[in-house]
Amino acid sequence: MSRRLDIEHGVVDLSFGAGGVASAQLTREVFAPQFSNPILDRMEDGAVIDMPPGRLVVSTDSHVISPIFFPAGDIGSLAIHGSVNDVSMMGATPLHMSVGFIIEEGVSFSMLKRIATSMGAAVRDAGVSIVAADTKVVKKGEADQLYITSTCIGVVPETIQIGADRAREGDSVIVSGFIGDHGAAVLASRESLGLKGDLKSDSQSLNDLVAAMLACGVEIHCMRDPTRGGLATSLNELATSSGVGIEIEEQAIPVREGVRAVSELLGLDSLYFACEGRLVAICPAESADALLACMQRHPKGEHAAIIGKVTGRRDMPLILHSAFGGSRIVSILTGDQMPRIC
Amino acid sequence: MCLAIPARIITLHDQQMATVDIGGVQREVSLALVDAGENDYVIVHVGIAISKLDEDEALKRLALFAELEETQGESPE
Amino acid sequence: MKYIDEYRDSRVIRSLLRQISREATGESYRLMEFCGGHTHAFYRYGLIPLLPGSVEMVHGPGCPVCVLPISRIDAAVALAAKAGVIFCSYGDMLRVPGSDSRSLLKAKADGADVRMIYSPLDAVKIAEQNRDAQVVFFAVGFETTAPATALALKLAKQRNVENFQVFCNHVLTPPAMQAILDPSDDGGLGNISAIDGIVGPGHVSAIIGSSAYAFVAEKSQIPLVISGFEPVDLLESVLGLVRQINEGRAEIENQYTRVVKDEGNREAIRLMDEVFELRGSFEWRGFGMLADSAQKLAPAYAAFDAEQKFQVSYPEAVDHKACRCADVLRGLIQPEQCSVFGKACIPENPLGACMVSSEGACAAAYSYGGLVEAGS
Repeated sequence: MSRRLDIEHGVVDLSFGAGGVASAQLTREVFAPQFSNPILDRMEDGAVIDMPPGRLVVSTDSHVISPIFFPAGDIGSLAIHGSVNDVSMMGATPLHMSVGFIIEEGVSFSMLKRIATSMGAAVRDAGVSIVAADTKVVKKGEADQLYITSTCIGVVPETIQIGADRAREGDSVIVSGFIGDHGAAVLASRESLGLKGDLKSDSQSLNDLVAAMLACGVEIHCMRDPTRGGLATSLNELATSSGVGIEIEEQAIPVREGVRAVSELLGLDSLYFACEGRLVAICPAESADALLACMQRHPKGEHAAIIGKVTGRRDMPLILHSAFGGSRIVSILTGDQMPRIC
Repeated sequence: MCLAIPARIITLHDQQMATVDIGGVQREVSLALVDAGENDYVIVHVGIAISKLDEDEALKRLALFAELEETQGESPE
Repeated sequence: MKYIDEYRDSRVIRSLLRQISREATGESYRLMEFCGGHTHAFYRYGLIPLLPGSVEMVHGPGCPVCVLPISRIDAAVALAAKAGVIFCSYGDMLRVPGSDSRSLLKAKADGADVRMIYSPLDAVKIAEQNRDAQVVFFAVGFETTAPATALALKLAKQRNVENFQVFCNHVLTPPAMQAILDPSDDGGLGNISAIDGIVGPGHVSAIIGSSAYAFVAEKSQIPLVISGFEPVDLLESVLGLVRQINEGRAEIENQYTRVVKDEGNREAIRLMDEVFELRGSFEWRGFGMLADSAQKLAPAYAAFDAEQKFQVSYPEAVDHKACRCADVLRGLIQPEQCSVFGKACIPENPLGACMVSSEGACAAAYSYGGLVEAGS
């Protein structure tokens, strides 16, 4: 058996992805200690899991983000939170995860360990376990440092029917907190733009907030966690799936001052900034106040707000009203927003 | 054209550079084209201050708006 | 945010709208907002449907991205693709399609080193940090932006940053305004839109001063109000124009007094005079060749001139057959009147610059303006 890896100074080379002793060593010494649980520790080819009753919910995502590290998060914690949240948005309880790593030759073990540690913390915080993991190494230039694919499975009881097509005319639209934190934090951290500020990503798991919302007994029609493309994109998607229109009030949407500042400085729209720890919920209007109160009682919903309503105008998926009566269409984001001079 | 916003100068540096603040976000900008000091507001475009904001003028105009409202009386929305 | 939020105050906006309705009792007020940033603002704040029916906003050509002809975009893409070149550009230009839909973003995907920067000063830094590369900065913009390029060049000269080059495409506002207003100056294009007043560019004016527009009142007998960019500014300016039109006046008014002075920014003007000189003529999308309408590097800065260093040539290039950017830029048609608007020409697949530039009239109308059409 070879020497233990030099975690502090060593780098990954191609032998670690070849599936032999070296790659098992990578998994064992860098990742497994952070993810340790009875199922994973067995190191079987396949994880055998006893699932509680209910319908199975599965979500998978590949993360190819850059930068890998951002204020208050990294690609690893983002992957965990993202998949946990996707399952939670169906009203399901997330239970187990699998993760796959594609690692570029030359990446340092210390960086991988840092990411593994943050993933371990995210997993424990969310109360899920990583039951399967795989690593592959590719030649320099074939990947941008690290790509992660994460899958989460959970269960949802028969009694819960939440879906993107369930919004109805008259429903209320609630957001769980400040929007655009993640997108603004990533922009502010891009060296090429030269901005400095206190902005942090909002990346966090929402399954505990969702559990509290379900427990308060209100009928919820839709939930979605706005990630890439921001609040605007998620609301457009929900409206289109449900065949309805959504109208939101600009004044009601919680946006941090720093996020507004970034958007004004760069000429971008914060409605399109990614969130990584927020959800949008659509429920019958008569239950909105109760659901809001329930969310606000939870630390992850402290700044929740009712921001608008669902209409029958399916030809205009999303309309924004300003405080003075001006209105505009908010279309789905096409491509990336580019900072502009004009 | 052109995207430019008011920012407050918080620290002066040498070579006519300064750190400005807008809503808690900061950036280095060049003051080479304006005559401004700490706590002044400047209009920033592509990393350059193109004008110093005349705060007296701003306040005068804002007061005019208040007057406009009064002369219109309380109208129903 | 200070000095922004106050100019978005709902009550003030509603007061101004009421006042405009009261005073715009004439049959028609065709007002051109010259500046693309103003076009964007009118749409972003949903102001157009709130104006009385007698007031029509005609979109002007003040979008430096939109007026750049295809041949110069092609030249930029060719420069970016050269080996050993680091091509620095503002975000606005990255997706603008040249011939065969080639763009800087596509060149980047093909391996060119194209970098988006926020300030030309950053491009000088990149040149200092990459001495073995030629760093080319794609300078676009009207008079608001040209001083920044001038500063960058001055800095590069002082610091001997020999590998810093500027591909200069700075254009001037008064000649374009003249071309809009004076049919005889239009290079034989004819059919210039008839407008009753102009909302003047705010930040260009911060540099060139309100005195630069004297010709507008003298030659064309229509009022011009220099405006800020917040909804209160725009509405105050519209009100000012309506009043002047009602009273038969044709004066230059400055609404943006907190930023714009009559004499403009003297230091910026002096610096531009030092670093740039006038091109005899320059091609504008929509206007053809306009005399004395653009800048190039002065001889003292020849060493930093990308056009000279790389012997840039401009093979004739044509707009897409169906593209009507030229007519939109001259205010002859509204975006919705272009047959490919929203169909073959959309932000994801733009046929012309007006749809890809964030302040292009077509992009603004497509992204924000559905309600204008629906008459809500």
